[in-house]
Amino acid sequence: MKTIVGLEIHVQLATATKLFCGCSTDYRDDGPNTHCCPICLGLPGSLPRLNRKAVEYGLLVAKALDMRVLEESDFARKNYFYPDLAKAYQITQSDRPLAVEGTVEIEDDEGHEKIVRITRVHLEEDPGRLVHVAGASKYSLVDYNRSGIPLLEIVTEPDMRSPQEARRFLNKLRTILEYLGVFDGEREGALRVDANISIEGSARVEVKNISSYKGVEKALTFEATRQRNLLRRGQTVARETRHFMEGRGITTSARGKEEAHDYRYFPDPDLGPIRVADRVAAIDLPELPTARKNRFMAQYGISLNHARTLTGDPRLADFYEHVAPADPILAATWAADILLGELNYRNMSIAAVPADRIRELLALLRAETITDAAGVQVLREMLDACAAGRPCEKPADIVKREGLARATGDDFVAIVQAVIASNPQAVEDYRAGKKGALNFIVGQVMKETRGRADPRELGRIVSECIEKGGV
Amino acid sequence: MVTESDIEHIAELADIGISRDEVPEFTRQFNAILEYFEILDTVEGESAPAGGITNAFRDDEPRPCLSQEAALANAGSTEDGFIKAPRVM
Amino acid sequence: MAGTLDFSPDDRYNAFITTCSTAPFSGGALAGIAVAVKDNISTAGIETTCGSRILEGYIPPYDAYVVELLRREGAAIVGKTNMDEFGMGSTTETSAFGPTKNPIDTTRVPGGSSGGSAAAVAAGLVPMALGSDTGGSIRCPAAFCGVVGLKPTYGRVSRYGLIAYASSLEQVGPIARTVEDVSRLMSVIARYDPRDATMFDRPYDHRPSADIGGLRVGIPEEYFGEGVDPRVAKKVRDAIGVIEDLGASTVPVSIPGMRYALAAYYVICTAEASSNIARFDGVRYGPAVDTRKSWHEAYQDIRQEKLGPEVRRRVMLGTFALSAGYAGRYYAKALGARQKIRQDFERAFRDVDVIAGPTMPTVAFPLGERTDPVSMYLSDILTAPANLAGIPAISVPCGRVDGLPVGLQLMGRQFEEERIIDAAYAYEQGVKA
Repeated sequence: MKTIVGLEIHVQLATATKLFCGCSTDYRDDGPNTHCCPICLGLPGSLPRLNRKAVEYGLLVAKALDMRVLEESDFARKNYFYPDLAKAYQITQSDRPLAVEGTVEIEDDEGHEKIVRITRVHLEEDPGRLVHVAGASKYSLVDYNRSGIPLLEIVTEPDMRSPQEARRFLNKLRTILEYLGVFDGEREGALRVDANISIEGSARVEVKNISSYKGVEKALTFEATRQRNLLRRGQTVARETRHFMEGRGITTSARGKEEAHDYRYFPDPDLGPIRVADRVAAIDLPELPTARKNRFMAQYGISLNHARTLTGDPRLADFYEHVAPADPILAATWAADILLGELNYRNMSIAAVPADRIRELLALLRAETITDAAGVQVLREMLDACAAGRPCEKPADIVKREGLARATGDDFVAIVQAVIASNPQAVEDYRAGKKGALNFIVGQVMKETRGRADPRELGRIVSECIEKGGV
Repeated sequence: MVTESDIEHIAELADIGISRDEVPEFTRQFNAILEYFEILDTVEGESAPAGGITNAFRDDEPRPCLSQEAALANAGSTEDGFIKAPRVM
Repeated sequence: MAGTLDFSPDDRYNAFITTCSTAPFSGGALAGIAVAVKDNISTAGIETTCGSRILEGYIPPYDAYVVELLRREGAAIVGKTNMDEFGMGSTTETSAFGPTKNPIDTTRVPGGSSGGSAAAVAAGLVPMALGSDTGGSIRCPAAFCGVVGLKPTYGRVSRYGLIAYASSLEQVGPIARTVEDVSRLMSVIARYDPRDATMFDRPYDHRPSADIGGLRVGIPEEYFGEGVDPRVAKKVRDAIGVIEDLGASTVPVSIPGMRYALAAYYVICTAEASSNIARFDGVRYGPAVDTRKSWHEAYQDIRQEKLGPEVRRRVMLGTFALSAGYAGRYYAKALGARQKIRQDFERAFRDVDVIAGPTMPTVAFPLGERTDPVSMYLSDILTAPANLAGIPAISVPCGRVDGLPVGLQLMGRQFEEERIIDAAYAYEQGVKA
């Protein structure tokens, strides 16, 4: 039973102004209905005027996805009534989208390369935002700040075969969009997904309302299981639209809420056609994730895994290139294996990390001035300071203040002897040939020395002390 | 020919309320008008899109917005800076 | 020069929906001149209703670009004129604020939909006014009230702030008692506005000239055929004779696409209207919607209560013409017909400079006479083609039948307002002489 998945992705383009008016798109910290004008409020008599930047961003994506840009495309009105839709129609592209027939390369579930075909991309305006007020009297509250934000809708062919593939596709797409600089991934709701999923031979279900790309795998996993279970029980899957309830991780039927739509599309008489196919050749694409990953491996000699992780986010890749020169492999290990985890733990963005300080830290590690364990401590102090908005101390100063400089073996003899003295059982076990006992003693000493010592060196000192019969 | 139930469906699509006793009259008028439109059946082929001005773009430069007060001034009812609308749930 | 103009007219014809008793003005080409503005053109701070209850109380926070230009040139905006609701009518009888009467004969309609603007000018309440013309809404009332009215080339005057009825057809234009004043007002409003993406940068800067020697005037047989009152046709032929006497020659032309013009016009204008009028739901402006109901129910109720029968009929008609299963038969075919009519005019204009005919098939009819939609729609037959083709057209008075004014319509090539204005001016001066 093959699972078949196709996606429709709505991406908010990171333009300074809305798609058809000059209102600023940066309303995050402002109150409702503060970024509105006659055009995005749909006041009578107002007229749309297309933002050039949005078209340029659309072309950039079209080129990056290797699409064919239509000789002439145009805008249509999609007519329906909803309180968040200021004009009672959405200006979108219907029969003649900006571009068609593209590809994105991902890995399938076996780790092989595969192509997901892109059907089309088109520009359209976002509606406003509705707040539903429940209680004795139910009504809606509308904020039109979002009304008119430019969206690029990207539609795929049903080429994905599992929820995991869908997630990998979205990750890849998101990375490409970030590389192109057309999209602000930090922005809530900047990437929204509708998914079509079916089990081969059965009806297709559309899952709407997936407002985070992380929710897609969850929604699809739920839905695939639901559909398989139905079929296993001999029932049929109904062709329908379902909503994803993010909080509960389930989908529910939208039956009754979705009427049979008749959107009565027609070309918007307020906007002339677009002819931009001839501009594509002149577009200089930035280095895209796959190319950068390959270059990282060749130029820095790092592993495929490290290269893939480091190029997964253009800001992380930039960061890496800044800290890499002295010792690319050490830098890759620290950035990909340690720093990312610490950032996730703090829910911090790479953008908040001072690359120069990390470079200094890497220099201390490379010179063996501190051990890896001490390095982690210093890193944590630095990140905590950044997260709290405090100035980030130089790593050398932290090492000095905390006394974290690598100590040589002789400095630890007293500590080792004390640990040996208080753990006679472990010493006996060691002498009886139990290797694990040595690790236990070393661990105790490490704790006492707060990571300043190199564990291998400590192991040597501990065994020497025991063998000398120091106790 | 459109029927009375067609008229009710169209009114629904257009969110135009019509009362039951208006339906026969609307239906009669509709059919008279549609009869007049039959001449269009003799038009051969379909039109290419109208053309007009191509690439009428605008620079991506912010312009002043309305104040919240002005944006809400004509709304029938507002609450905490939001415009109040009928429920959809 | 700046000040305020006191304006308290005797509005016995119900030409105005709103008047401004003290209207500020400043210096400029129209310094201190009282100008009336059709009530579908947005005026900051002045109620703008479109002749509809659904916009009662709506005060636009911005000026239409044409209003901005009027103010910039010093005009005193003295009021908002009556009109058919949303421009949907040819008599001004569908206004929610009562019909306007024809100042020439108060038992007759003034024409529409810019009936208030034409009546205000004809009654001498203002020397000039703005109207809008979707299928004849400037030229029809100009003809019926015996004044001059110009529908500009599509894209020559900004539509920003004009409350849309049928976006691909309509233009704002001037109405005045003389061709010279129409030309003067046109030179103020025909200025490029980057906010209207359908606009061309073709400003109008022209002083009318009566020198029309060598002008070739096309006479389309379709404008003198069935449905045209022979007495009206005779007056218009006489007027064309005057133009010939002034040095023009006439050439027979043909617009075969005229046979589908009215059907195409009504399909396109109602289709666009169904979308344009959908936003009036009582949420963001206008009388408040009942927020205790669910949205479709609430919208249907307020739109039934606040929109008049003609608007509801046209919105439904347009919804139907765009709906699944019918769009191909109606909307797509209408676009095809429109293209043929455009080509017919292009072809005709290869041989002639202007095309002349009657503006309206009849003189103004009695108030309350045309209640049947189809018979009302038929009165647009001679004006709608210019809107379908996007060409400029002017109506200039050319005598009377039964004491009621007849209009001579002159149509020109795209962006050749200058030529039809000169022809109209030459005729006007020629008759006066």
